[in-house]
Amino acid sequence: MASRPWRKRLGKVGTYLIWIILSGFTLLPIYWLFVVSARSRVELFGGPSLLQTSFFAENYLKPLSSPTFQGYLINSLIIATSNALLVVICAVCATYALSRYRLKGDQSIFFWTITNRMAPPAVFLLPLFLLYAKVIRIGGWSLFDTHIGIILVYCVFNLPFAIWLLKGIVDGIPVELDEAALVDGANRLTVIVRIIVPLAAPSIAIAGILSWIFAWNEYLFAATLTSVNARTVTTGLAEFVTVVGTNWGQMAAVAFIAILPGLLFLSLVQRYIVTGLTFGAVKE
Amino acid sequence: MKSTRTGWGLLAPTLIILAFVGVLPFLYVFYIGFFDWTMFAAKTGLVFAGVNNYRRLVFDNDFLAALARTVQFAAWAVVSELILGFLLAQLLLRNFRGRSIFRTIHALPLVVAPIAVGATWRLFTIPGFGPLPYYLDKWFGFDYNISRYPSHAFATILLMDIWHWTPFVTLTLLAGLTALPREPFEQALVDGANRLQVFRYLTLPMIQPILLTTVFIRIMDALRIVDEVWMLTGGGPGTSNRYVGLHIWLIVFPKTDYGYGAAMSLLTLYFTIVLSWLLFIAIAQAGRQTTA
Repeated sequence: MASRPWRKRLGKVGTYLIWIILSGFTLLPIYWLFVVSARSRVELFGGPSLLQTSFFAENYLKPLSSPTFQGYLINSLIIATSNALLVVICAVCATYALSRYRLKGDQSIFFWTITNRMAPPAVFLLPLFLLYAKVIRIGGWSLFDTHIGIILVYCVFNLPFAIWLLKGIVDGIPVELDEAALVDGANRLTVIVRIIVPLAAPSIAIAGILSWIFAWNEYLFAATLTSVNARTVTTGLAEFVTVVGTNWGQMAAVAFIAILPGLLFLSLVQRYIVTGLTFGAVKE
Repeated sequence: MKSTRTGWGLLAPTLIILAFVGVLPFLYVFYIGFFDWTMFAAKTGLVFAGVNNYRRLVFDNDFLAALARTVQFAAWAVVSELILGFLLAQLLLRNFRGRSIFRTIHALPLVVAPIAVGATWRLFTIPGFGPLPYYLDKWFGFDYNISRYPSHAFATILLMDIWHWTPFVTLTLLAGLTALPREPFEQALVDGANRLQVFRYLTLPMIQPILLTTVFIRIMDALRIVDEVWMLTGGGPGTSNRYVGLHIWLIVFPKTDYGYGAAMSLLTLYFTIVLSWLLFIAIAQAGRQTTA
């Protein structure tokens, strides 16, 4: 490789140039979202200047102080957190079973679990809506517009993903460790809690975080399967766009609040999340 | 014997949940696809209709148009994202200062809620105060208006999808490329192969499995796009950008024509599976020819 030094330098400058332009392309819409959320109506229609010096806090304070939006926020928190917990607990148990026992048809069970992840939501919306709202009824109670209903639905997407993510990790933990503990009189549950969970902790955390983000971000099912009691932030965001007019500043503020947890998680555990996000395609 | 029982016990919660929210809805949608079930009909409740719903579907131009649009959109989106993502992954393979910062920025859109992606892009492109139409008009005199011109809306949706999902392709391919052994590449350079040859005969065959999975996941995701489009243009202007998921959502629920909606959902599922399967085979075959 006898490349001349100026060529190398040019390549380097080119690389930086491309990445700076690209980062601008990535950040600009998000930056603009923030700018809109910081502007009053008058400022907004005064012209699309990209510079922002003032901060119109009312856009944030108004939704944050409204009981309806507070309810949405709390619902989103409850749903995302419970879903992540449920997914992690079920996935750890399931991967352990799939990895340590010779169960009849365990290969096809694993494969079937994964195919659930690929389901197009549009196909499941209608039957789930009908099942939740009209078919499964116990007295006056139905799963429609309940937290548990939505939490279960998100398992269709998150559980297969978590099992996929954890399977390789649990397979990699030596069986000898289990056996030693079992000889010492521990039962299977103790083995899982004391040996598997600590050793697989980073991956379990990624599975939990990504499940949390998915549940927090989801819109279509939340919009269809809830009406009042279990509405989430994303559905609240969509409700801003109405026929009578949209309060763009407030909408931007709510959108910004909605994307904040994801951005926060990404910057905190960046490397792991990137690994986890792409794990579906790359098995290491 | 006893130990298998514990195994099934540990697996049970997962199986029960997935059976309830994954299998049951599927069986149910299959079942009601054979019935007329309209809330506003004279005779409410389920009325057996045989394959009538499916017969109706074949002549439903709106539905077929939505399906065709979806395929067109998915093709454009996936191809652009693959090319871009591959080039960017190559760029990230090089070692340079600040690489991880650029990678993190690049990955940001992946964690943004699809509905918020739609909201973000709507604010960015909205006629009136959005910067994109304003500067396009000011600098180039270009009349860009996504609520008036269907082609502009389509291009914007495409750009938005590229913004949202190219990072996924970049990062998966980067992971694949990083895992490749170095020796064959060094050997090829010693033997005097040029870059194109290295790419065609070494890189491509070696990352083929990951490339295939990435393509597969992206196609499935692109075919089911709803949230972003709904928030950006509501499927408009008119119905020009109503993709199939959005079409079903907008037709079934307001009209409460459940039997027909079930047929539509199922045909979409069938179509999605067949299409991705065909593409999968086609790409795998092309890959095998490259290797040979």
